Amino acid sequence: MNFALSDDQRMLQDTVERLVLRDYGFEQRKAYAAEPGGWSRQMWRTLAEMGLLALPFPEAQGGLGGGAVDVLLVMQAFGKALPLEPLLSTMVIGGAILRGANPAQLDRWVGAIAAGDMTLAWAHGESGSRYRLHDVACRAQHDTEGWVLDGSKALVLHGDSADRLLVSARSAGAQRDPAGISLFMVDAQAPGIVREASATHDGRRAADIRFDKVRVDESDLIGMAGAALPLIQSATEAAIAALAAEAVGVMDTALAMTVEYLKTRQQFGGPIARFQALQHRAAEMLIALEQSRSMAMYAALMLDEPDALERSKALSAVKVQIGQAARFVGQQAIQLHGGIGVTDEYAVGHCHKRLAMMDLQFGDVDHHLAQFARAGGFISTEAIA
Amino acid sequence: MDLRFTAEDDAFRAEVRAFIDAALPQDVRRKMAEGRSLTKDEIVHWQRTLNARHWATPSWPREHGGPGWSVVQRYIFLDELHQAPAPEPLSFNVNMIGPVLFTFGTAEQKARFLPRIANLDDWWCQGFSEPGAGSDLASLKTSARRDGEHYVVNGQKTWQGMGHHADWMFTLVRTDATSKPQAGITMLLIDIKSPGVTVRPIITIDGRHEVNEVFLDEVRVPLACRVGEENKGWDITKFLLGNERTGIARIGMSKHLLRRAKTLATQVDDDPAVLTRVREKAALIEIELKALEVTQMRLLDAMRDHSARPDARSSILKVKGTELRQAAAELLLQVAGPAAARCVGEFEDAADAMSTIAPIAFNLRAASIYGGSNEVQKNILAKAVLGL
Repeated sequence: MNFALSDDQRMLQDTVERLVLRDYGFEQRKAYAAEPGGWSRQMWRTLAEMGLLALPFPEAQGGLGGGAVDVLLVMQAFGKALPLEPLLSTMVIGGAILRGANPAQLDRWVGAIAAGDMTLAWAHGESGSRYRLHDVACRAQHDTEGWVLDGSKALVLHGDSADRLLVSARSAGAQRDPAGISLFMVDAQAPGIVREASATHDGRRAADIRFDKVRVDESDLIGMAGAALPLIQSATEAAIAALAAEAVGVMDTALAMTVEYLKTRQQFGGPIARFQALQHRAAEMLIALEQSRSMAMYAALMLDEPDALERSKALSAVKVQIGQAARFVGQQAIQLHGGIGVTDEYAVGHCHKRLAMMDLQFGDVDHHLAQFARAGGFISTEAIA
Repeated sequence: MDLRFTAEDDAFRAEVRAFIDAALPQDVRRKMAEGRSLTKDEIVHWQRTLNARHWATPSWPREHGGPGWSVVQRYIFLDELHQAPAPEPLSFNVNMIGPVLFTFGTAEQKARFLPRIANLDDWWCQGFSEPGAGSDLASLKTSARRDGEHYVVNGQKTWQGMGHHADWMFTLVRTDATSKPQAGITMLLIDIKSPGVTVRPIITIDGRHEVNEVFLDEVRVPLACRVGEENKGWDITKFLLGNERTGIARIGMSKHLLRRAKTLATQVDDDPAVLTRVREKAALIEIELKALEVTQMRLLDAMRDHSARPDARSSILKVKGTELRQAAAELLLQVAGPAAARCVGEFEDAADAMSTIAPIAFNLRAASIYGGSNEVQKNILAKAVLGL
């Protein structure tokens, strides 16, 4: 057991924290949101220069070969700024999905991703599929020239601005069969793709995407045809771990703002920090935050667990704990701010909205609680007769 | 960063578990598992079994008879005891007065008391709280006046856990009524058999006799039984209360309660909707418990670096640890259902094990009160960690 960071990890964390302090204040974020695509291309170039976009990819193809703890540190530090850039879909989900890619594909893609020239969007969820990873109606048909995709994906985060789409489509079986799902790297500009953009409540952008006889080259199939579900599962787990870390960053910001506000806001002739009801609420927020920090570390650790059932149980537990803590911290941050907390111009409400939307990504509290409980939880019943 | 235990840690855990399996009397293990009270003899015998290997004093340095364990080893040891379940070494002895004496005691006090504390030859209880001094401990009124080579003590103490077994009581008394409350307090070691000491039982809502009140009427205490200097008792008290936080979250105990609840659930109700609800309630507690386990390890790790100062964040362990233990016991009670209603005497060992479940839940209501109430812990977090 060892919680110490290596020199490289400490440097990575410091670098991102400095970047956030210098270039990602709440007012700067507003400017980034107004750019085309709803995020900052300049920031993306900076992230590329810092090597963050290369983090999880293999060194042989120009990646940094970073591990789950490195991703944890980046997401936690970056999360404090409520960032808008497609880091999760490009670096985290891209990193996980491309573990299933062959060396030739990695040679083609990793360099461009690392340089900041290729952003990705995770085009998996469909209208009505909710949190069922195997619920895929989109079809992929094989012919002599490659593949043809037909169908729709719903609310694909950054789907409007992404250069490439990571698309799941069914090459065999019925809509909810675990087998028969395939994964493709698809040029977002390919003929037959129609993207309808919309805003999300946490200040980002997403797209409903229609695929109408979209041709995909054989060389853009990732992994084996029809066998993509394990890869989708592991990308989901990596995303949960990264979101947990990001949520810790958001909660850090929400609590820090709240504590500062309690110390400065004057009512009844003094700072409201002197009221015990408010002190205790802040202490409870701290407890929720520290429990989440622990759980984000646990998530990073368990991503490397070889036993698939143990791993999936652990990540479900993480999503439950983070979801509950985030709701409490986000809501109470607003409550302790009073009226200013519900205004659009003030950051704390945006922390809450980001945290609330995170719960709805990759399975919410109820979904993962049911999964975890069905799998028997952590504590076995066998030990006592 | 790596949260996993090392191979050495795992080997140590296996060693502890094998020893408990071999050395813990079956009957004691059964009583612990069923939540029954142990006799004084059973507790003393177990502590002496541990002490023969220097395991009764996990946090003590080697020079005073401790095993020289790391914080991680101490945590693993306690976790194994809690999960077995086996009794912990008597906390009043090994976590409280022992470290106080090897830190602040005279050479004579160390030689006279420490070996007997470790071996439970002397059973100690804590004489801190008074009817008028609970969370506000510094307002205590029990007085001590000098009379030649003695102090003469008058007053009343309360909540002496296991005080009816005790030989000695480490006691806070007021030796200066004129200065600030904290500045007039002294720690004395009082022989319970001294004339003028009366121990009376307090029966708690679980129907058990665990705590007591102690009346002190013109009790003569030799000056040699003062710890540290006169009027410096508050510093020692702060040391004592902040000293041993390793096992404060009692995670293993919560795990044991949950295991019992989950096992019982499969036996008593076959309505799938009810079973699902019980499983999900248990799941929520298990998940928070997992987070707390990591939080505890983080704080242990921090203590390894700055072992001198207790971390104010350990209040998180107290608050969350007691909340989860209470929730686990509540769940167990609910799973037990109507069979839990039977109320029997504390030592009626023949009664079915369901009869102990409600007393466990009732007893645990005190967990969020003693050792600094959870509200006091939140005050600490707000002030010392958040700066409010």
